[in-house]
Amino acid sequence: MKVLVTVKEVATVEDDFEISGTEIEDTYLDYDLNEWDDYAVEEGVQLAEAGDDVEVVAVTIGPERAEETIRMALAKGADRAVRVWDDAIEDVELLDVETKARLLGAVVEDEDPDLVLSGVQANDDSFGATGVALAEDVGFAWAAVVNALDTEKVLDEGVASVHRELEGGVEELTDVELPAVLTIQTGINEPRYASLRGIRQAQSKEIKPQSLDDLGLDAGVVESSLDITAMYEPETESEAQYFEGDAADQAGALADVLRDKGVVGE
Amino acid sequence: MTDVLAVADHRRGDLRDVSLELLTAGRELADASGGDLHAAVISGDTDEFAEKLNREGVDAIHTVDNGEEFNHDVYVQAVEALVTDLDAEFLVTPNSVNGLDYAPAVASRLGRPYVSDAVGLDYDDGTLEVTREMYGSKVETTVEVEDGPFVVSIRGAEWPAAEDIGDAEVSAFDFAPDEDAIRSTVNGFEEVGGGDVDISEADFLVSIGRGIEEEENIELIEELAEVTGATLSSSRPIVDNGWLPKNRQVGQSGKQVTPDVYLAIGISGAVQHVAGMKGADTIVAINTDPNAPIFDIADYGIVGDLFDVVPELIEQFGGDPPSV
Ligand SMILES: Cc1cc2nc3c(=O)[nH]c(=O)nc-3n(C[C@H](O)[C@H](O)[C@H](O)COP(=O)(O)OP(=O)(O)OC[C@H]3O[C@@H](n4cnc5c(N)ncnc54)[C@H](O)[C@@H]3O)c2cc1C
Repeated sequence: MKVLVTVKEVATVEDDFEISGTEIEDTYLDYDLNEWDDYAVEEGVQLAEAGDDVEVVAVTIGPERAEETIRMALAKGADRAVRVWDDAIEDVELLDVETKARLLGAVVEDEDPDLVLSGVQANDDSFGATGVALAEDVGFAWAAVVNALDTEKVLDEGVASVHRELEGGVEELTDVELPAVLTIQTGINEPRYASLRGIRQAQSKEIKPQSLDDLGLDAGVVESSLDITAMYEPETESEAQYFEGDAADQAGALADVLRDKGVVGE
Repeated sequence: MTDVLAVADHRRGDLRDVSLELLTAGRELADASGGDLHAAVISGDTDEFAEKLNREGVDAIHTVDNGEEFNHDVYVQAVEALVTDLDAEFLVTPNSVNGLDYAPAVASRLGRPYVSDAVGLDYDDGTLEVTREMYGSKVETTVEVEDGPFVVSIRGAEWPAAEDIGDAEVSAFDFAPDEDAIRSTVNGFEEVGGGDVDISEADFLVSIGRGIEEEENIELIEELAEVTGATLSSSRPIVDNGWLPKNRQVGQSGKQVTPDVYLAIGISGAVQHVAGMKGADTIVAINTDPNAPIFDIADYGIVGDLFDVVPELIEQFGGDPPSV
């Protein structure tokens, strides 16, 4: 059985930052594995540990810098990785959902996995759509926002029996046929830390670069009818009264408010 | 090619609030494009839902009778058929968990880009401008889409609900799903997050987020809750990490709370968190980041380090702060 895990290196923004044009200046960005993908990797690795002969392949769309992040997935137990990149991709400002789905779709055609695990969303652009669009493109079944997966049923029956986490503390119990794409929600498992041994082993695992050409795609695939035309810090709607001074002053002022509101019990 | 189709959201017999907000957003687009606003409701008690969707500004309502509950395979087929049949220029869906489960696939089938989680929509002369947030609400962007049909999902609670009773024409949409293309089966539902405490009953919530850093440090906030008689709650990552049980989680997938005072400590104020606590009477935030979105909805703010402020606060109420 083969499990493909889509991973994305995402930028997180420091508390103070500046925007130039329609981008945040690079010096204010830190790069890390997308939070949701960390859970997807863990779910894949747990499947591999529970089954015989389960291969876990991590796939990313990203520049060379992203190899550091994808190595984290390898260090946590993925067997090998594929990294899609191309000058033509470098040139576009925004990879829209459909573009990402097509690029990943070409890798799915190549690898022919039984199960694809992706994150519910990426914490940079938060489209929350790539996994489902990918499933539709490659003709897989899918389930979005999965916070429980029955490992045994996947391995023994070829069915993904999942909980979809809905709003308000309600979960939907759903079965989907394989091959399928599941978008993984945080909290589904406890992502492990990479062990020193894992980190060492990851150094010798393969990260296969794939250009558009390698994937049999032409440059037209990255053309988008979406355009980011502005980026700005939202005007603060804050009407908050701020407590100034040192921590003791601030705490004192807050304590007064709490007493005043009459909520502090004995 | 100027019409708008808004697809309602419902679950277990209830029309969800976002459905009426979709009608407002949809009406604005229809006004800008000079088209009609169509609403669709798929599965469940469609007659009852259609009556509720019949608000001022809605021109037509299409019902699709097919089972009780949401099934994305049915939705994808039905919505695609509706868009095609109506020749709609705009498809507006909710950015709900079920919206996440079908809208990207419909966009893909239509061969159109999908823009999710809009907080603003502006249509002018063939171009749709979508306002959306990035980087956990730290920045806002405008995204321009050229040429329809446009497929967008809207964030809940950003548009007001359509209010007044309307006189839309209600009709059953002629649709039968291709059963072979239904590859998912919904077997039921499960309620989670029950147990000993009900945070939605509390008058005073002290709530912790990822700013607490380590499980051991939670002791500090527990002590604060203890000396102030508050109930402890949290943002999602604290529950995901297994540091507090699910019944303590505030937010979209946790509990909705409306205490007299909500004290958010080391919580950034992500939209899914805010969805659960913005109804609190008084919101207080303690955060090191002066730009944290939580301050946008706070009544009182402390820009500061929780590890400095919370011990002082405990002492204010005669407690003895644990060393963390
Ligand atoms: C489908 C879906 C459903 C979701 N449902 C929920 C939900 O129900 N509830 C929920 O909460 N989230 C939910 N989320 C997750 C949500 O998007 C955020 O990831 C989450 O709310 C962030 O939690 P946080 O604010 O604790 O962490 P972060 O966003 O990491 O914020 C931590 C904050 O702590 C501050 N901080 C750090 N150190 C200190 C210090 N020493 N002193 C003071 N402040 C400090 C930082 O400045 C930052 O603002 C959901 C997401 C999805 C996709």
